[in-house]
Amino acid sequence: MLKALEGSQAIAETVALCRPQVVAAYPITPQTHIVENISKLVANGQLHCEFVSVESEFSAASVVLGAAAAGSRTYTATASQGLLLMTEVLYNIAGSRIPVVMTCANRAISAPLSIWNDQQDSMAVRDAGWIQLYCADNQEAVDTTIQAYRIAEQTELPVMVCMDGFTLTHTLEPIDIPDQALVDNYLPPYQFARRLDARQPISIGTLLSPDFYPEARHSHHQALLNAAERIIEADQEWQALSGRSCGGLLTVEGPDSATIGVLTLGSVIGTFREAVLEYPQAAAAKLLKLRSLRPFPIEALQQAVAGLQDLIVVERALSPGGGGIVGPEVRAALSELPNPPRVHNIAVGLGGRDIPLDLYPRLLRLAEAPQPLRFAVFDADCNKLAPEDR
Amino acid sequence: MSMIEIRIHGRGGQGNVVAANLLAMAAFAEGRYGQAFPNFGAERRGAPVVAFVRIADQPILRRCQVQHPTYVIIQDEALLHVPGVLDGVLPGGGILINSSRPADQFDAAAPVSLVTLPATALAREHLGRPVPNTALLAAFLTLTGLLPGQALIKVLGQKFRGEVLARNEALIAAAIQQVSANQWQQPEVNHA
Repeated sequence: MLKALEGSQAIAETVALCRPQVVAAYPITPQTHIVENISKLVANGQLHCEFVSVESEFSAASVVLGAAAAGSRTYTATASQGLLLMTEVLYNIAGSRIPVVMTCANRAISAPLSIWNDQQDSMAVRDAGWIQLYCADNQEAVDTTIQAYRIAEQTELPVMVCMDGFTLTHTLEPIDIPDQALVDNYLPPYQFARRLDARQPISIGTLLSPDFYPEARHSHHQALLNAAERIIEADQEWQALSGRSCGGLLTVEGPDSATIGVLTLGSVIGTFREAVLEYPQAAAAKLLKLRSLRPFPIEALQQAVAGLQDLIVVERALSPGGGGIVGPEVRAALSELPNPPRVHNIAVGLGGRDIPLDLYPRLLRLAEAPQPLRFAVFDADCNKLAPEDR
Repeated sequence: MSMIEIRIHGRGGQGNVVAANLLAMAAFAEGRYGQAFPNFGAERRGAPVVAFVRIADQPILRRCQVQHPTYVIIQDEALLHVPGVLDGVLPGGGILINSSRPADQFDAAAPVSLVTLPATALAREHLGRPVPNTALLAAFLTLTGLLPGQALIKVLGQKFRGEVLARNEALIAAAIQQVSANQWQQPEVNHA
């Protein structure tokens, strides 16, 4: 049913539709409203599950690791410092191949302290071995959350659903919450073949000698690559039932004749979609929406840039001393092509800096430069800095 | 597309975000699209809070802050001393200020209409609490004719029942009496 809901409320209702058996979370802005609302659903008897209030995010991740290993469908959510505090456990969940679903309400990392949105947090755990899916709007966050359980349980890999903090979590807008019957039809009960069972004891997370460690890492890598097909299927099957797609791994929109592409992750694409209409005099461009950062869809990306001369990779995080995070991966993937587009790489909207409509025509002008822009924090005003810091 | 953009200034605890959400929910209840989101510095009572609302007849995709609102609602007149509070209001737009002083005692420094409403006093009288948001929203909808006043009561009915709802309805009726209906009515801003 279509309702006017805050993104966080919609996610809480959606998680309940997925019938988790164990929820463990520690509150942190901008994730707080999600778990507050889940705890209300539990207290009101609308969601029957074990809700574990823990003393830290490290424990929240540990609880869902243990509960999922014992065969329960689980949920947790966090952001920013909370995600960093989970980091050690995140690697353990993924390396043990435990299907856990988590919402990351993307927020900047301290210091300087900021409660506002960018994507430095999920980028910081990019290599933890989780599937990472980025949501363009609250409807995608709802639909991706449901898909995430199916993907996680089919692949035995954890899935991080990344939704921009505040920009999505705290925005009230019309959101369709699917019927319980639809979700039940899509999402069979969780059956974990390797579940911890006292009658048939096994160990997980044991010491692995060099005789097998590289093979374990190889198979984990391969599992993530193989997950690409499951992500596409999960989206297609959801579309068949609900009528809505989240765009699989990567989508391209815009005129075929465009020679400029703009690649984004997360919610900024909504602003750019309207900017295309507001600035008809700006150069024609295709918008590339990267939904799956892990697995990284190299072939889909190579196909998506056909006909492009310039690709502007817009990200919401950086690797200080290196440059962008997504940009270099895109460059590497496209370097395999005979005539790759020039890749410009910028970060914008760090720590909640507003991303106005008129940023779009300005960034398109990068395509006119004689040399591609290797990397810049595009909306930084260096006049605010001492000369030696510019 | 045609769209109305609104900015609400207040302090933490005055129901700023709630006011923005109520407006967007009321738009949704009337079959339109609404978007509401907050911006604040520190998450604490008394700190300045800004909330944004967009209302349109089509899905709203942009997520940038509202820089050029048609209307601004000020829940605490002391915030007028904060730089930027009245920035960017479109010519011909309107500013609604919670104040017991007459409008001619304020200077908008722009060709916009300025209206005051003693919203805190009205809320004290009808709710027994100094929460100005509902009275301001009722006056705002009356001034603009943007949505029927009934839409506000409809969404309040999703939150409150019984005596609390009745008090809010009385508050709304009193606030409506204090402003001129459709004084601010105007065509919506056309966005491509």
